[in-house]
Amino acid sequence: MAKFITLRFLQGILVLLGIYAVTFFLVAATPGSPFSSERAIQPEILAQIEAFYGYDKPTSERFIVSLGNILHGDFGPSAVYANRSVTDIIAESFPVSLKLGSISLAIALLLGIPAGILAAVKKNTWLDYVPMSTAMAGICLPTFVMGPLLALVFGLIFAVLPVAGWFGPEFVVLPSATLGLYYAAYFARLTRGGMLEMLNQDWVRTARAKGVPERTIVWKHCLKGGLIPAITFLGPALAGIISGSFVVETIFQVPGLGQWFVKGALNRDDFLILGLTVLFASLIVLMNLLVDIAQVALNPRLKYD
Amino acid sequence: MALLEVKDLRTSFYTRDGIVRAVDGVSFSLDKGETLGIVGESGSGKSVTCYSLMRLIPEPPGRIDGGTAMFDGQDLLTMSKKELRKIRGRRISMIFQDPMTSLNPFLRISTQLIESLRLHYDVDKKTAINKAIAALEEVGIPEAAKRVHNYPHEFSGGMRQRVMIAMALITEPDLLIADEPTTALDVTVQAQIMDIIKKRQEDLGTAVILITHDLGVVAGTCDKVNVMYGGRMMESGTAEQVFYEAKHPYTRSLQKTIPSLQTKGEELYTIPGLPPDVSKPIHGCAFYPRCPYPKTGKPEGDRPSLVEMADGHCYADCGFCDSSAPIETVLPKSDSPDEVEQAGAAE
Repeated sequence: MAKFITLRFLQGILVLLGIYAVTFFLVAATPGSPFSSERAIQPEILAQIEAFYGYDKPTSERFIVSLGNILHGDFGPSAVYANRSVTDIIAESFPVSLKLGSISLAIALLLGIPAGILAAVKKNTWLDYVPMSTAMAGICLPTFVMGPLLALVFGLIFAVLPVAGWFGPEFVVLPSATLGLYYAAYFARLTRGGMLEMLNQDWVRTARAKGVPERTIVWKHCLKGGLIPAITFLGPALAGIISGSFVVETIFQVPGLGQWFVKGALNRDDFLILGLTVLFASLIVLMNLLVDIAQVALNPRLKYD
Repeated sequence: MALLEVKDLRTSFYTRDGIVRAVDGVSFSLDKGETLGIVGESGSGKSVTCYSLMRLIPEPPGRIDGGTAMFDGQDLLTMSKKELRKIRGRRISMIFQDPMTSLNPFLRISTQLIESLRLHYDVDKKTAINKAIAALEEVGIPEAAKRVHNYPHEFSGGMRQRVMIAMALITEPDLLIADEPTTALDVTVQAQIMDIIKKRQEDLGTAVILITHDLGVVAGTCDKVNVMYGGRMMESGTAEQVFYEAKHPYTRSLQKTIPSLQTKGEELYTIPGLPPDVSKPIHGCAFYPRCPYPKTGKPEGDRPSLVEMADGHCYADCGFCDSSAPIETVLPKSDSPDEVEQAGAAE
């Protein structure tokens, strides 16, 4: 177990290094620089600014220096917002995104998994058809359609919820619903498929022949195996919720990390882009590690090696 | 009073391609401690008969259309699900064909073994585990105390079937239904598994319904034999009657296919043709198209019903064939290789 986690952890670090290198050189190869602006800047001042941020050195040297800084936990200054470091920006906005993301994920899991189980157990009844066609519709509607739609219905027509900003609990509802419902639909369909596969196994017949009640068959005999597809999807789902939050945060004007990612890209704020990429990549690597551990815990036929 | 009395059991599957009458009027009875063998080719309705008794037929598409199955005074086919659950696993247990898929891979052997004990008896977990260990020892699993906590994938096929037997018998049921318990196992293990079933049956006085393709096993273990074909019984009686005084051409043809009874070096005998398609109505004798005996005419109308010939020995006589003719003289020589392959299901 410890060996498995260590190995996966080291693999994760390698992945992060790779992501960092690719992002760094892609950003460096992009035309333009963080310091170009519409106003003409005097060459001496530009040279001074570039020297301050280390841009006077060759790209490879800059890479080594910034990698060293990152490994020490220093994401560097923002190249556009003077007097603010990337770490400051993350410390300020990450809690907002984390709150939005975890509430969305909770909605996705708490809604999607029970709906999937119910649909599988009540296969071919309205308890299957209604949630599953809703889920299909949910998968087909992208968040940039769902978001404005929810805002329109609950924000304008019924006027019960705020549609923009981030000031209290009621402001969390629409953005997290937009993000969560989409993934709830995926989880519902995956759980239904997984549970149906389990319920059709020969050993379910064995359990019935032993006189085991249907409820016990579902919870004790089938749930573990039936959840495996949903658990596997957790890693990609987290990645999706993070990248989805860029769109949702923009729609609902949430001061999270997503907007900084967009601003960073538009402003060519190299340090911010790199810092956020490393942060998101680490989150996904960590989540995948947790998913791997959960899978081995659920399926006794898998071993930690 | 018989332990189990099945009358006119009919089970069909309502599929898109039509109604498949898998079991079409089957009656038999079984006394306490007796062993009944049900033999026949694949698709003859053996397994569906037994699944119907336990109401394990997937519904839809399957449905029990009629009949009664009185078990100790109660009708298994009409009792409530709740009453049925008290009988399943407690008074009637079942062993399935494929031990590789019949145990839950996500649960420990111990969890699965004690499940029916704890469902049907008021025992605490520790007592149940001790009973499970004893049950594993009874079926010859070494280091049972340690292995009881393993998962199914840590056992071989033969071992898993032993676990299935231990699990089925742990509640000391009155009736054990074994659905081809040795078909998926290799030959050396087959004999061991049959010995274990026989030994445990003697210890506990359990009645057994044994579904099998293997006539040798039936001859060695069963008191009574039902021969099924096309969803009906063709012949039934004691093992002696069915083996030594076989009347029905189908029974006799089946016997002819037993490899060890055939002359060494010669091509093995197979019944020509294929089993009947039970999704279409069968007129006359279902076996008529494949019957190797000389006939005086073609059976028409209703399928012949079982008639008692001698004490308890019944067979479905169409009245048109001379089944007393020695089978050797009427054997058609099978030349077409694909016909041999198709009919190979008889073994």
